[in-house]
Amino acid sequence: MKITILSFGIAKDITGQRFLEWELPQAVSVGELRKSLVQRFPRLAELATVRLAVNNEYASEELVLGENDEVALIPPVSGG
Amino acid sequence: MLEIKLTETLLDVNACINFVSSDDAGGIDVFIGTVRNATKGKPVLRLEFEAYEPMAIAEMQKIAEQAKAKFGAKKIALHHRSGILQIGEAAVVIAVSAPHRAAAFDACRYCIDTLKETVPIWKKEIFEDGEVWVAAHP
Repeated sequence: MKITILSFGIAKDITGQRFLEWELPQAVSVGELRKSLVQRFPRLAELATVRLAVNNEYASEELVLGENDEVALIPPVSGG
Repeated sequence: MLEIKLTETLLDVNACINFVSSDDAGGIDVFIGTVRNATKGKPVLRLEFEAYEPMAIAEMQKIAEQAKAKFGAKKIALHHRSGILQIGEAAVVIAVSAPHRAAAFDACRYCIDTLKETVPIWKKEIFEDGEVWVAAHP
């Protein structure tokens, strides 16, 4: 199953790219994906927070990802 | 009525005020967030704002809807810049009209406070000797 991962702000500096195609061996939850992301990009763990959004909505850690979902890495926001 | 905007061009405060003007409103409150020339005493040259556009617009829309429902605001304009901003420029303009001033103040404050918590927009401060994503690290 394939998903797209978008990175913004400092998360983009850490992953090195805005768009990332991510292959999942099976349906995983947002929380499980978070663990894999931190394993691949350990510097994500240094950030104050990283929220994950799925298809433009903040997602709970329990949400199970589906084919072609768009997941965004949201480091601490600082608009305004 | 709500007007949500995310734009790379200069924000127009008067356009926001005109949008929220209403015969049944007795007050309009406006908040303008501007680019400050220093952070903790260190001179800032400029700011760069990055946004996750579709989600930022959706979150701003939600905030404006909540402010309207919670405080009985009549009309809200919520405009945010993206891209490169110079010192003194407006990064955000929020205008709220309501029948009475308390609701206008409360709704306006709710909009800016919530925007700063939830809207996926990131600010990078550019200094003479480097650059920093604001609030990224604990």
